[in-house]
Amino acid sequence: MPAHPDILVLQGNEACAEGALLAECGFFAGYPITPATEIAEVMAARLPEAGGIFIQMEDELASVNAMIGAAWGGLKPMTATSGPGFCLMQEGIGYACVTQTPGVIVNVMRGGPSTGQPTLSSQQDVYQARYGSHGDYEIIVLAPSSAQECLDLTIRAFNLAERFLTPVVILMDEIVGHTRERVELPALPCIVRRVTPPKNHDYKPYEPEEANGGVPYRADFGEGYAILVDGQLHNVMGDRVGHLSGPSAACVKRIHEKIQRNLREIEDVVCNIPDDTARIVVSYGSVSRCAQRAVKEAQAGGVRAGHVRLRTLFPFPDAFFASLATRFKNAAFIVPEMNTGKICREVQRATLRPVRSLPKAGGEMHTPAEILAAIGGA
Amino acid sequence: MHPLAEKYLRKSALPTMFCPGCGNGIILNAMVRVADKIGADGFSYVSGIGCSSWLPVMIKADVLHTLHGRAVAAATGLKLAQPGRRVVVFTGDGDCLGIGGNHLIHAARRNIDLTVIMINNHIYGMTGGQASPTTPLKAVTKTTPYGSDEPPFDACTLTTAAGASFTARETSSHPRRLAKTLERAILHTGFSFLEVMTPCPVQAGRNIYGNGDPVFLFKEFAARAVNNPDESSVSGCFRTGILHCESGKPAYSDSKSKMS
Repeated sequence: MPAHPDILVLQGNEACAEGALLAECGFFAGYPITPATEIAEVMAARLPEAGGIFIQMEDELASVNAMIGAAWGGLKPMTATSGPGFCLMQEGIGYACVTQTPGVIVNVMRGGPSTGQPTLSSQQDVYQARYGSHGDYEIIVLAPSSAQECLDLTIRAFNLAERFLTPVVILMDEIVGHTRERVELPALPCIVRRVTPPKNHDYKPYEPEEANGGVPYRADFGEGYAILVDGQLHNVMGDRVGHLSGPSAACVKRIHEKIQRNLREIEDVVCNIPDDTARIVVSYGSVSRCAQRAVKEAQAGGVRAGHVRLRTLFPFPDAFFASLATRFKNAAFIVPEMNTGKICREVQRATLRPVRSLPKAGGEMHTPAEILAAIGGA
Repeated sequence: MHPLAEKYLRKSALPTMFCPGCGNGIILNAMVRVADKIGADGFSYVSGIGCSSWLPVMIKADVLHTLHGRAVAAATGLKLAQPGRRVVVFTGDGDCLGIGGNHLIHAARRNIDLTVIMINNHIYGMTGGQASPTTPLKAVTKTTPYGSDEPPFDACTLTTAAGASFTARETSSHPRRLAKTLERAILHTGFSFLEVMTPCPVQAGRNIYGNGDPVFLFKEFAARAVNNPDESSVSGCFRTGILHCESGKPAYSDSKSKMS
């Protein structure tokens, strides 16, 4: 027995799988793909021991749809993939959004487009995670930046999925997924489950329930409710209304509102912003590690620099950034990203301020020195 | 309303959206009768996209009406989550063999305990009559104006070869036999595949069979169904009945639940 059984040294991918097991994931469907495969490998070995089901499907289309079937069968489902597989999952993600099916989808980002860079890292899929499926929908996207956060945010992803009856995307990247570091297992993790309809309740499967924060109650298949799950826009009973304008608009409104009215519960921003900050670095994922270091060095050198780290990427914390812009009227925003500049646009939109994008292509992370240079001197 | 319809159909989904002369109502009828006989409470239904995939939406039960081609994949997840319940998939020739072909053969390979009812009308009906993977060679459709130059799939041979432990074919022209074989398929443990040949008078009738009259088409389908394997080689004829049945072959969902 190790001296500290709750302290492990894990890859981000392994930590993600450990988080899923702690969150009572009951079903994993996946397809091998670099650099995400370790998640499936750990789940294949560990999930059956925990009473769950692992299945390797024929492709990622099948994985995401098997996940949807398992969710309606009452299990907490998960899948993990990388760019090309994430592309194939998009139609299923849209289906899960409109049918309010909970589930966790991990995308360990690699460079693209297409086959791209199977073994190198990127943050190129941030907009795909938010907007990858067609049509109007809200989705929750989380971005861990360490192995510890891979574990913690995977638990949180399951909780948010169950709480809001929606797919949740965990956007990891190759660096986070493959970095091996210290991970502490939580002693008593908080675990959320979908809220079942109260007894004698006139159950309407898609009715926003005030008592549940505007989220419907959820019964599983086999409980006698004759639930109809349909990808066509539907009314609160699940009957198709896709040919009718008003009821269709109401269906789309329902899947937006349950997220938008609960933004504070979903928002997750880590701040290090001294009072008189003049330069604010905004980062997420693995790049945050170098950003953190750069800001620390700038501060030590007397530069009035601050750091905002996004752990929930979407819904984007618009109100938080608007308040930052008000509070730090003259601060410059700097956004280092391993892409051609994407989240910088969100920061610009939310702050209405000029934002300096610090893009990096090719698969290597920014160095602290590069970010420090962008922050500039005192 | 017929008492079985009163008891088992989802009234909000009625009247059906099927065209006059469509065979899908007969298949729905057979399904309801079999469910009534076996115990309707134990059934969940999954379907994809297309005319045939609307069929279970009319049944008052738990129904997962999924994406085009993905019914078998979703049904796999549902069955593994609830191995004690019967999961019946409704799909069409385009949904099952075209866009969903990969899921079909892999589910058959696993011999997972699902019943897949593939309604074969030889055409993409809902989109207005385009060639499907079962459209006969030389048939004129909206996307084969010069006649189809692709040979069709034999879905029963395909699923048998892929590992399904039960395959059968019936027609909507023989409702009683259809119900009997459907019951056998559902009671079979392992992957059971039932192809139901049915006319689409509106989209396939005139172009593929030279006549859009439903009465003509139902008679034609009855005439083309043969039991003798030798006769099935005659052009336009197809073999009906149980074509392959392997009892005792391990079903995937059983081994999974034993493991956990």
